[in-house]
Amino acid sequence: MRVPILKLHNYLLVSIQIELDDQTAMQFQEDLLSKIHETGATGVVIDLTSVEVVDSFIAKVFGDVVSMADLMGAKVVFTGIQPAVSMTLIELGIYLKEVPTALDLEQGIIKLRQELEEK
Amino acid sequence: MKETVSSVAIKKEWDIVGARQAGRQLSQELGFGSVDQARIATAISELARNIYLYAKEGEITFEELYDLPKVGLKIVAKDKGPGINDLSAVMQDGYSTSGGLGAGLPGVKRLMDEFDLVSDGEGTKVTTIKWARL
Repeated sequence: MRVPILKLHNYLLVSIQIELDDQTAMQFQEDLLSKIHETGATGVVIDLTSVEVVDSFIAKVFGDVVSMADLMGAKVVFTGIQPAVSMTLIELGIYLKEVPTALDLEQGIIKLRQELEEK
Repeated sequence: MKETVSSVAIKKEWDIVGARQAGRQLSQELGFGSVDQARIATAISELARNIYLYAKEGEITFEELYDLPKVGLKIVAKDKGPGINDLSAVMQDGYSTSGGLGAGLPGVKRLMDEFDLVSDGEGTKVTTIKWARL
């Protein structure tokens, strides 16, 4: 199972709508980095509105993807994290402090634009 | 007091997803709210991954508990792996021997209401319960 990655101008848009197992998550990480390389995208929004469970492994993959994309010169923003997912992550002890987030896709694009203009 | 028991074998990576989906479904049927469903599914995911990573195979057992007006879901994660050497270390946040975030067991304890860990050379057994008030 692959997560589709869409290109919109110099951004990549991802909406995760499948149940993420470890392998799919790792594959997604690799696919996203290749796509950044291929398209020269400077910003990525990953929408988690449909994601109901984020465990410590998936959280680590998400955190890593931010650092990896950053090394390549692209900014990643996560959007639409559900209240239950947010509560569960903090209770698990995972704060994802380095991970930029926004309420929804629209706010995510605004945040990306701001961050990219600051540079 | 009626009790129903079911279980999911953990042998391959995908079984982690299978176990948490089964647990989520059960917790929904038992009447847990959406936040508790996420807590339960996440806890199962952590326990199943521990089995897969450290013991290769094992089993997650679900038991519905009826102690009216409370209902509960008891989750037992059991394996015949090498066991845990340092029990107090694995209950500390940030401790990991696998390069993970080290959130697993202490995180599960916080997500659930009751938590018990037994481990020796014969394997590891984690028993945990979440209660819902209806």
